[in-house]
Amino acid sequence: MDQRTRLLEAALFAAPRPLALDELAVLDADATEDDWRRAVGELRDHYQAEGHGVELAEVAGGWQITTLPIFAEAIERAAFAARPAKLSAAALEVLAIVAYRQPVGRAEIEDIRGVSCGGVLRMLQERGLLDVAGRSEGLGRPILYATTPLFLELVGLAELSDLPRTEELAVALRTPQATEP
Amino acid sequence: MKATGGSLAGALAPGAGMAGGPGTAGEPARDVGFSVSLERYSGPLDLLLGLIRREEIDIWDIPIARIADQFLQAIHLLGLDEAAEYLEMAARLLRIKAQMLLPRRGDEEPWEDPRHELVRRLLEYQQIREIVDWLAVAERRRAECYTRGWIPSLPNLPPPPPELDLTELVEAVERVLAMMPDPVMVRVMPRPLNVEGATQRVMDLLAERESFGWRELLGTRPSIVDILSSLVALLELARGGILTLAQRKAFTPFEVARGPTYQAA
Repeated sequence: MDQRTRLLEAALFAAPRPLALDELAVLDADATEDDWRRAVGELRDHYQAEGHGVELAEVAGGWQITTLPIFAEAIERAAFAARPAKLSAAALEVLAIVAYRQPVGRAEIEDIRGVSCGGVLRMLQERGLLDVAGRSEGLGRPILYATTPLFLELVGLAELSDLPRTEELAVALRTPQATEP
Repeated sequence: MKATGGSLAGALAPGAGMAGGPGTAGEPARDVGFSVSLERYSGPLDLLLGLIRREEIDIWDIPIARIADQFLQAIHLLGLDEAAEYLEMAARLLRIKAQMLLPRRGDEEPWEDPRHELVRRLLEYQQIREIVDWLAVAERRRAECYTRGWIPSLPNLPPPPPELDLTELVEAVERVLAMMPDPVMVRVMPRPLNVEGATQRVMDLLAERESFGWRELLGTRPSIVDILSSLVALLELARGGILTLAQRKAFTPFEVARGPTYQAA
Protein backbone atom coordinates (compact mmCIF):
# COMPACT_ATOMS: atom_id res chain seq x y z
CA MET A 1 0.00 0.00 0.00
CA ASP A 2 1.29 3.46 -0.71
CA GLN A 3 1.80 6.09 1.93
CA ARG A 4 -1.53 7.83 1.31
CA THR A 5 -3.50 4.62 1.68
CA ARG A 6 -1.76 3.94 4.96
CA LEU A 7 -2.59 7.47 6.12
CA LEU A 8 -6.22 6.84 5.17
CA GLU A 9 -6.21 3.61 7.16
CA ALA A 10 -4.79 5.41 10.19
CA ALA A 11 -7.37 8.19 9.95
CA LEU A 12 -10.28 5.76 9.62
CA PHE A 13 -8.94 3.74 12.53
CA ALA A 14 -8.69 6.82 14.74
CA ALA A 15 -12.05 8.36 13.84
CA PRO A 16 -15.10 7.41 15.89
CA ARG A 17 -17.42 7.92 12.90
CA PRO A 18 -17.45 7.40 9.14
CA LEU A 19 -15.28 9.87 7.24
CA ALA A 20 -16.43 11.36 3.96
CA LEU A 21 -14.02 11.80 1.04
CA ASP A 22 -14.20 15.60 1.19
CA GLU A 23 -13.33 15.52 4.88
CA LEU A 24 -10.09 13.71 4.14
CA ALA A 25 -8.71 16.75 2.31
CA VAL A 26 -7.31 18.24 5.54
CA LEU A 27 -5.04 15.21 5.95
CA ASP A 28 -2.96 16.04 2.92
CA ALA A 29 -3.18 19.30 1.01
CA ASP A 30 -1.65 17.77 -2.12
CA ALA A 31 -4.22 15.01 -2.52
CA THR A 32 -7.41 15.50 -4.51
CA GLU A 33 -10.71 13.82 -3.83
CA ASP A 34 -9.92 11.41 -6.64
CA ASP A 35 -6.67 10.47 -4.94
CA TRP A 36 -8.62 9.65 -1.79
CA ARG A 37 -11.15 7.67 -3.78
CA ARG A 38 -8.28 5.63 -5.22
CA ALA A 39 -6.86 5.17 -1.72
CA VAL A 40 -10.25 3.97 -0.45
CA GLY A 41 -10.41 1.49 -3.32
CA GLU A 42 -6.92 0.23 -2.60
CA LEU A 43 -7.58 -0.19 1.11
CA ARG A 44 -10.85 -1.99 0.47
CA ASP A 45 -9.23 -4.37 -2.02
CA HIS A 46 -6.36 -4.91 0.38
CA TYR A 47 -8.70 -5.93 3.19
CA GLN A 48 -10.56 -8.27 0.86
CA ALA A 49 -7.60 -9.83 -0.88
CA GLU A 50 -5.32 -10.32 2.09
CA GLY A 51 -7.89 -11.89 4.36
CA HIS A 52 -8.44 -9.49 7.24
CA GLY A 53 -10.74 -9.45 10.25
CA VAL A 54 -12.05 -6.05 9.23
CA GLU A 55 -13.46 -4.55 6.08
CA LEU A 56 -14.13 -1.11 4.67
CA ALA A 57 -17.81 -0.16 4.69
CA GLU A 58 -19.57 2.79 3.10
CA VAL A 59 -21.86 4.20 5.76
CA ALA A 60 -23.69 7.49 6.28
CA GLY A 61 -21.98 9.20 3.37
CA GLY A 62 -18.48 8.17 4.45
CA TRP A 63 -16.13 5.27 4.97
CA GLN A 64 -15.55 3.25 8.09
CA ILE A 65 -13.52 0.25 9.18
CA THR A 66 -15.82 -2.42 10.61
CA THR A 67 -15.29 -5.93 11.88
CA LEU A 68 -16.51 -8.82 9.72
CA PRO A 69 -19.99 -10.11 10.65
CA ILE A 70 -18.66 -13.66 11.08
CA PHE A 71 -16.79 -12.56 14.21
CA ALA A 72 -19.74 -10.70 15.74
CA GLU A 73 -20.83 -13.56 17.97
CA ALA A 74 -17.38 -14.18 19.40
CA ILE A 75 -16.80 -10.50 20.11
CA GLU A 76 -20.24 -10.20 21.65
CA ARG A 77 -19.66 -13.21 23.87
CA ALA A 78 -16.33 -11.87 25.03
CA ALA A 79 -17.95 -8.50 25.76
CA PHE A 80 -14.97 -6.63 24.36
CA ALA A 81 -17.20 -3.99 22.87
CA ALA A 82 -20.60 -2.62 23.78
CA ARG A 83 -23.39 -2.29 21.29
CA PRO A 84 -26.15 0.27 21.63
CA ALA A 85 -29.41 -1.04 23.02
CA LYS A 86 -31.79 -2.20 20.35
CA LEU A 87 -34.59 0.19 19.57
CA SER A 88 -38.18 -0.61 20.47
CA ALA A 89 -40.83 -1.18 17.84
CA ALA A 90 -42.33 2.21 18.69
CA ALA A 91 -38.97 3.93 18.18
CA LEU A 92 -38.45 2.19 14.85
CA GLU A 93 -41.93 3.26 13.76
CA VAL A 94 -41.16 6.88 14.48
CA LEU A 95 -37.81 6.58 12.70
CA ALA A 96 -39.48 4.98 9.69
CA ILE A 97 -42.05 7.75 9.43
CA VAL A 98 -39.46 10.49 9.80
CA ALA A 99 -37.09 8.81 7.33
CA TYR A 100 -39.75 8.83 4.62
CA ARG A 101 -41.60 12.04 5.39
CA GLN A 102 -38.86 14.36 6.59
CA PRO A 103 -38.97 17.09 7.52
CA VAL A 104 -42.06 16.10 9.47
CA GLY A 105 -43.86 17.39 12.55
CA ARG A 106 -44.97 15.47 15.59
CA ALA A 107 -48.67 15.80 14.73
CA GLU A 108 -48.24 13.96 11.43
CA ILE A 109 -46.20 11.20 13.08
CA GLU A 110 -48.85 10.72 15.74
CA ASP A 111 -51.59 10.79 13.13
CA ILE A 112 -50.00 7.93 11.21
CA ARG A 113 -49.22 5.88 14.30
CA GLY A 114 -52.45 6.57 16.17
CA VAL A 115 -50.53 7.06 19.42
CA SER A 116 -48.72 9.94 21.03
CA CYS A 117 -44.96 9.83 20.73
CA GLY A 118 -43.45 12.76 22.63
CA GLY A 119 -41.31 10.49 24.80
CA VAL A 120 -40.07 8.43 21.87
CA LEU A 121 -39.18 11.57 19.92
CA ARG A 122 -37.20 12.92 22.85
CA MET A 123 -35.35 9.62 23.29
CA LEU A 124 -34.46 9.46 19.59
CA GLN A 125 -33.24 13.03 19.75
CA GLU A 126 -31.11 12.25 22.81
CA ARG A 127 -29.61 9.26 21.02
CA GLY A 128 -28.77 11.55 18.13
CA LEU A 129 -30.88 9.65 15.61
CA LEU A 130 -33.25 12.54 14.98
CA ASP A 131 -32.69 16.24 14.95
CA VAL A 132 -34.79 19.36 14.66
CA ALA A 133 -34.82 20.42 11.02
CA GLY A 134 -36.70 23.68 11.42
CA ARG A 135 -40.23 24.83 11.95
CA SER A 136 -43.31 24.45 9.83
CA GLU A 137 -45.04 27.54 8.48
CA GLY A 138 -48.32 26.07 9.72
CA LEU A 139 -50.37 27.02 12.74
CA GLY A 140 -48.25 27.25 15.87
CA ARG A 141 -45.10 26.77 13.78
CA PRO A 142 -44.54 23.21 15.00
CA ILE A 143 -41.03 21.75 15.16
CA LEU A 144 -40.04 19.55 12.21
CA TYR A 145 -37.78 16.52 12.61
CA ALA A 146 -35.29 14.88 10.27
CA THR A 147 -32.97 11.90 10.54
CA THR A 148 -29.24 12.34 11.24
CA PRO A 149 -26.12 10.62 9.83
CA LEU A 150 -26.17 8.54 13.01
CA PHE A 151 -29.46 7.05 11.87
CA LEU A 152 -27.77 5.90 8.66
CA GLU A 153 -24.98 4.44 10.79
CA LEU A 154 -27.52 2.60 12.94
CA VAL A 155 -28.96 0.76 9.97
CA GLY A 156 -25.72 0.66 8.00
CA LEU A 157 -26.85 2.68 5.00
CA ALA A 158 -24.63 4.83 2.82
CA GLU A 159 -27.40 7.32 2.12
CA LEU A 160 -31.14 7.81 2.59
CA SER A 161 -31.88 6.76 -0.98
CA ASP A 162 -30.73 3.25 -0.04
CA LEU A 163 -33.94 2.82 1.94
CA PRO A 164 -36.46 0.63 0.12
CA ARG A 165 -38.57 2.62 -2.30
CA THR A 166 -42.21 2.76 -1.28
CA GLU A 167 -43.27 1.24 -4.60
CA GLU A 168 -41.23 -1.84 -3.75
CA LEU A 169 -43.17 -2.46 -0.57
CA ALA A 170 -46.07 -4.85 -0.61
CA VAL A 171 -48.63 -2.18 0.20
CA ALA A 172 -48.76 0.97 -1.84
CA LEU A 173 -49.19 4.16 0.11
CA ARG A 174 -52.11 6.43 -0.67
CA THR A 175 -54.38 4.47 -2.91
CA PRO A 176 -57.69 6.06 -1.98
CA GLN A 177 -59.21 5.53 -5.43
CA ALA A 178 -58.98 1.81 -4.80
CA THR A 179 -61.34 2.05 -1.84
CA GLU A 180 -64.37 2.63 -4.08
CA PRO A 181 -66.79 -0.17 -3.31
CA MET B 1 -35.34 -10.41 22.54
CA LYS B 2 -37.02 -10.36 19.20
CA ALA B 3 -39.04 -7.20 19.31
CA THR B 4 -39.95 -6.15 15.84
CA GLY B 5 -38.95 -8.79 13.38
CA GLY B 6 -42.06 -10.94 13.64
CA SER B 7 -45.05 -10.57 11.40
CA LEU B 8 -48.21 -8.92 12.57
CA ALA B 9 -50.10 -12.13 12.32
CA GLY B 10 -47.62 -13.73 14.66
CA ALA B 11 -48.01 -10.90 17.09
CA LEU B 12 -51.63 -11.72 17.74
CA ALA B 13 -51.41 -15.45 17.55
CA PRO B 14 -52.76 -17.33 20.55
CA GLY B 15 -49.78 -19.55 21.01
CA ALA B 16 -48.46 -21.53 18.08
CA GLY B 17 -51.67 -21.54 16.13
CA MET B 18 -50.53 -18.90 13.72
CA ALA B 19 -46.88 -19.69 13.55
CA GLY B 20 -47.38 -21.78 10.45
CA GLY B 21 -48.39 -18.76 8.43
CA PRO B 22 -51.60 -17.61 6.84
CA GLY B 23 -52.59 -21.15 5.93
CA THR B 24 -53.67 -21.92 9.46
CA ALA B 25 -55.44 -18.67 10.04
CA GLY B 26 -58.84 -19.77 8.86
CA GLU B 27 -59.95 -21.34 12.10
CA PRO B 28 -62.82 -19.55 13.79
CA ALA B 29 -61.95 -16.91 16.33
CA ARG B 30 -61.87 -18.11 19.86
CA ASP B 31 -62.81 -15.78 22.63
CA VAL B 32 -60.16 -17.07 24.93
CA GLY B 33 -56.53 -17.66 24.36
CA PHE B 34 -55.11 -14.21 23.92
CA SER B 35 -51.78 -14.60 25.59
CA VAL B 36 -50.22 -11.38 24.42
CA SER B 37 -48.79 -8.60 26.44
CA LEU B 38 -49.37 -4.89 26.04
CA GLU B 39 -45.95 -4.01 24.69
CA ARG B 40 -46.45 -6.23 21.68
CA TYR B 41 -48.78 -3.63 20.27
CA SER B 42 -47.43 -0.27 19.41
CA GLY B 43 -50.92 1.20 19.13
CA PRO B 44 -54.56 0.69 18.22
CA LEU B 45 -53.78 0.50 14.49
CA ASP B 46 -51.32 -2.30 15.20
CA LEU B 47 -53.94 -4.23 17.15
CA LEU B 48 -56.57 -3.64 14.47
CA LEU B 49 -54.25 -4.85 11.73
CA GLY B 50 -53.51 -7.91 13.84
CA LEU B 51 -57.23 -8.70 14.09
CA ILE B 52 -57.72 -8.20 10.36
CA ARG B 53 -54.83 -10.54 9.63
CA ARG B 54 -56.05 -13.13 12.07
CA GLU B 55 -59.53 -13.14 10.62
CA GLU B 56 -58.20 -13.14 7.05
CA ILE B 57 -60.40 -10.20 6.28
CA ASP B 58 -60.31 -8.33 3.00
CA ILE B 59 -59.07 -4.92 4.01
CA TRP B 60 -61.17 -3.32 1.26
CA ASP B 61 -64.36 -4.78 2.68
CA ILE B 62 -64.04 -4.88 6.43
CA PRO B 63 -67.06 -6.36 8.24
CA ILE B 64 -67.05 -3.43 10.60
CA ALA B 65 -69.60 -4.74 13.13
CA ARG B 66 -67.62 -7.92 13.65
CA ILE B 67 -64.25 -6.25 13.83
CA ALA B 68 -65.55 -3.56 16.20
CA ASP B 69 -66.81 -6.23 18.59
CA GLN B 70 -63.54 -8.10 18.43
CA PHE B 71 -61.57 -4.92 18.96
CA LEU B 72 -63.57 -4.14 22.10
CA GLN B 73 -63.11 -7.67 23.31
CA ALA B 74 -59.39 -7.59 22.62
CA ILE B 75 -58.72 -4.35 24.43
CA HIS B 76 -60.75 -5.65 27.34
CA LEU B 77 -58.74 -8.87 27.46
CA LEU B 78 -55.48 -7.02 27.10
CA GLY B 79 -56.43 -4.57 29.80
CA LEU B 80 -56.14 -1.73 27.33
CA ASP B 81 -59.66 -0.44 27.77
CA GLU B 82 -58.45 2.46 29.80
CA ALA B 83 -55.86 3.64 27.32
CA ALA B 84 -57.22 6.73 25.60
CA GLU B 85 -55.82 5.87 22.20
CA TYR B 86 -57.46 2.46 22.15
CA LEU B 87 -60.74 3.88 23.39
CA GLU B 88 -60.66 6.50 20.68
CA MET B 89 -60.26 3.80 18.05
CA ALA B 90 -63.07 1.79 19.64
CA ALA B 91 -65.33 4.85 19.46
CA ARG B 92 -64.34 5.41 15.84
CA LEU B 93 -65.19 1.81 14.94
CA LEU B 94 -68.56 2.05 16.65
CA ARG B 95 -69.32 5.27 14.79
CA ILE B 96 -68.49 3.66 11.48
CA LYS B 97 -70.61 0.69 12.46
CA ALA B 98 -73.53 3.04 13.13
CA GLN B 99 -72.99 4.86 9.86
CA MET B 100 -73.02 1.58 7.98
CA LEU B 101 -76.41 0.80 9.48
CA LEU B 102 -77.98 4.04 8.27
CA PRO B 103 -80.18 3.57 5.23
CA ARG B 104 -78.54 4.84 2.06
CA ARG B 105 -80.40 7.54 0.26
CA GLY B 106 -81.26 6.50 -3.28
CA ASP B 107 -79.02 7.62 -6.11
CA GLU B 108 -79.17 11.30 -5.32
CA GLU B 109 -75.57 11.53 -4.25
CA PRO B 110 -72.71 9.07 -4.42
CA TRP B 111 -72.41 7.07 -1.22
CA GLU B 112 -69.19 7.64 0.61
CA ASP B 113 -68.02 4.54 2.36
CA PRO B 114 -67.57 5.47 6.06
CA ARG B 115 -64.74 2.91 6.24
CA HIS B 116 -62.75 4.78 3.63
CA GLU B 117 -60.64 6.89 6.02
CA LEU B 118 -59.98 3.93 8.30
CA VAL B 119 -58.75 1.81 5.39
CA ARG B 120 -56.46 4.59 4.24
CA ARG B 121 -54.93 4.88 7.70
CA LEU B 122 -54.56 1.12 8.05
CA LEU B 123 -52.74 0.87 4.73
CA GLU B 124 -50.53 3.80 5.59
CA TYR B 125 -49.69 2.24 8.91
CA GLN B 126 -49.19 -1.17 7.35
CA GLN B 127 -46.58 0.35 5.08
CA ILE B 128 -44.78 1.87 8.04
CA ARG B 129 -44.75 -1.56 9.65
CA GLU B 130 -43.12 -3.02 6.57
CA ILE B 131 -40.46 -0.33 6.70
CA VAL B 132 -39.99 -1.06 10.41
CA ASP B 133 -39.38 -4.72 9.62
CA TRP B 134 -36.85 -3.71 7.00
CA LEU B 135 -35.14 -1.30 9.41
CA ALA B 136 -35.05 -3.92 12.16
CA VAL B 137 -33.27 -6.35 9.85
CA ALA B 138 -30.86 -3.63 8.74
CA GLU B 139 -30.22 -2.66 12.36
CA ARG B 140 -29.54 -6.27 13.31
CA ARG B 141 -27.21 -6.81 10.38
CA ARG B 142 -25.35 -3.60 11.09
CA ALA B 143 -24.99 -4.58 14.76
CA GLU B 144 -22.86 -7.51 13.60
CA CYS B 145 -20.23 -5.08 12.39
CA TYR B 146 -18.35 -3.55 15.24
CA THR B 147 -16.71 -0.21 14.68
CA ARG B 148 -14.53 1.96 16.75
CA GLY B 149 -16.41 4.49 18.88
CA TRP B 150 -19.74 2.98 18.01
CA ILE B 151 -21.50 4.51 20.98
CA PRO B 152 -21.31 8.28 20.81
CA SER B 153 -20.21 9.82 24.06
CA LEU B 154 -22.64 12.18 25.68
CA PRO B 155 -21.83 15.84 25.24
CA ASN B 156 -20.15 17.44 28.22
CA LEU B 157 -22.75 19.97 29.18
CA PRO B 158 -22.17 22.72 31.74
CA PRO B 159 -24.42 22.44 34.79
CA PRO B 160 -27.73 24.14 34.17
CA PRO B 161 -28.24 27.54 35.80
CA PRO B 162 -30.37 27.40 38.94
CA GLU B 163 -33.98 27.95 38.10
CA LEU B 164 -36.64 29.33 40.35
CA ASP B 165 -40.27 28.96 39.62
CA LEU B 166 -43.28 30.33 41.39
CA THR B 167 -43.97 27.11 43.29
CA GLU B 168 -40.51 27.05 44.79
CA LEU B 169 -40.87 30.69 45.76
CA VAL B 170 -44.22 30.03 47.39
CA GLU B 171 -42.77 27.01 49.16
CA ALA B 172 -39.95 29.12 50.54
CA VAL B 173 -42.47 31.64 51.84
CA GLU B 174 -44.45 28.83 53.37
CA ARG B 175 -41.37 27.48 55.12
CA VAL B 176 -40.93 30.82 56.82
CA LEU B 177 -44.60 31.14 57.62
CA ALA B 178 -44.56 27.63 59.06
CA MET B 179 -42.36 28.97 61.84
CA MET B 180 -45.36 30.80 63.17
CA PRO B 181 -47.04 28.86 65.96
CA ASP B 182 -50.54 28.87 64.52
CA PRO B 183 -50.96 30.09 61.00
CA VAL B 184 -54.77 29.95 61.09
CA MET B 185 -56.11 33.44 60.51
CA VAL B 186 -59.79 34.04 60.99
CA ARG B 187 -60.14 37.73 60.52
CA VAL B 188 -58.26 40.08 58.34
CA MET B 189 -57.57 43.40 59.94
CA PRO B 190 -55.00 46.02 59.28
CA ARG B 191 -52.08 45.90 61.63
CA PRO B 192 -49.34 48.44 61.28
CA LEU B 193 -45.85 47.10 60.73
CA ASN B 194 -43.35 47.97 63.36
CA VAL B 195 -40.50 48.91 61.04
CA GLU B 196 -38.85 51.22 63.56
CA GLY B 197 -38.67 48.48 66.16
CA ALA B 198 -37.30 46.02 63.63
CA THR B 199 -34.74 48.55 62.40
CA GLN B 200 -33.61 48.97 65.97
CA ARG B 201 -33.22 45.22 66.40
CA VAL B 202 -31.15 45.04 63.23
CA MET B 203 -28.91 47.88 64.34
CA ASP B 204 -28.48 46.29 67.76
CA LEU B 205 -27.40 43.01 66.20
CA LEU B 206 -25.06 44.77 63.77
CA ALA B 207 -23.46 46.63 66.65
CA GLU B 208 -22.75 43.29 68.27
CA ARG B 209 -21.59 41.38 65.23
CA GLU B 210 -20.37 42.11 61.74
CA SER B 211 -22.81 39.66 60.20
CA PHE B 212 -25.63 37.34 61.16
CA GLY B 213 -28.32 35.17 59.56
CA TRP B 214 -31.50 37.15 59.05
CA ARG B 215 -33.65 34.67 60.94
CA GLU B 216 -31.92 35.68 64.13
CA LEU B 217 -34.05 38.80 63.94
CA LEU B 218 -37.20 36.84 64.40
CA GLY B 219 -36.86 35.14 67.76
CA THR B 220 -38.52 31.81 68.42
CA ARG B 221 -42.20 32.52 67.85
CA PRO B 222 -42.45 35.37 65.39
CA SER B 223 -45.77 36.73 64.19
CA ILE B 224 -46.40 37.62 60.58
CA VAL B 225 -46.06 41.28 61.57
CA ASP B 226 -42.62 40.59 63.04
CA ILE B 227 -41.51 38.82 59.87
CA LEU B 228 -42.77 41.49 57.51
CA SER B 229 -41.47 44.33 59.67
CA SER B 230 -38.04 42.72 59.76
CA LEU B 231 -37.98 42.20 56.00
CA VAL B 232 -38.99 45.82 55.31
CA ALA B 233 -36.39 47.07 57.79
CA LEU B 234 -33.67 44.97 56.21
CA LEU B 235 -34.55 46.15 52.71
CA GLU B 236 -34.64 49.79 53.82
CA LEU B 237 -31.26 49.53 55.52
CA ALA B 238 -29.81 47.66 52.56
CA ARG B 239 -30.99 50.41 50.25
CA GLY B 240 -29.16 52.95 52.32
CA GLY B 241 -26.01 50.86 52.19
CA ILE B 242 -25.99 50.44 55.95
CA LEU B 243 -26.02 46.69 55.51
CA THR B 244 -25.55 44.17 52.74
CA LEU B 245 -27.60 41.06 52.06
CA ALA B 246 -25.96 37.97 50.61
CA GLN B 247 -27.16 34.47 49.90
CA ARG B 248 -24.26 32.01 49.75
CA LYS B 249 -26.23 29.24 48.02
CA ALA B 250 -29.68 28.78 46.59
CA PHE B 251 -32.35 28.14 49.23
CA THR B 252 -30.15 29.01 52.19
CA PRO B 253 -31.15 31.84 54.53
CA PHE B 254 -29.47 35.07 53.49
CA GLU B 255 -26.86 36.73 55.61
CA VAL B 256 -26.93 40.28 56.88
CA ALA B 257 -23.60 42.11 57.14
CA ARG B 258 -22.42 45.66 57.83
CA GLY B 259 -22.54 47.75 54.69
CA PRO B 260 -20.31 50.54 53.37
CA THR B 261 -22.23 53.35 55.09
CA TYR B 262 -22.55 51.54 58.40
CA GLN B 263 -21.57 53.66 61.37
CA ALA B 264 -21.53 52.34 64.86
CA ALA B 265 -24.04 54.18 67.00
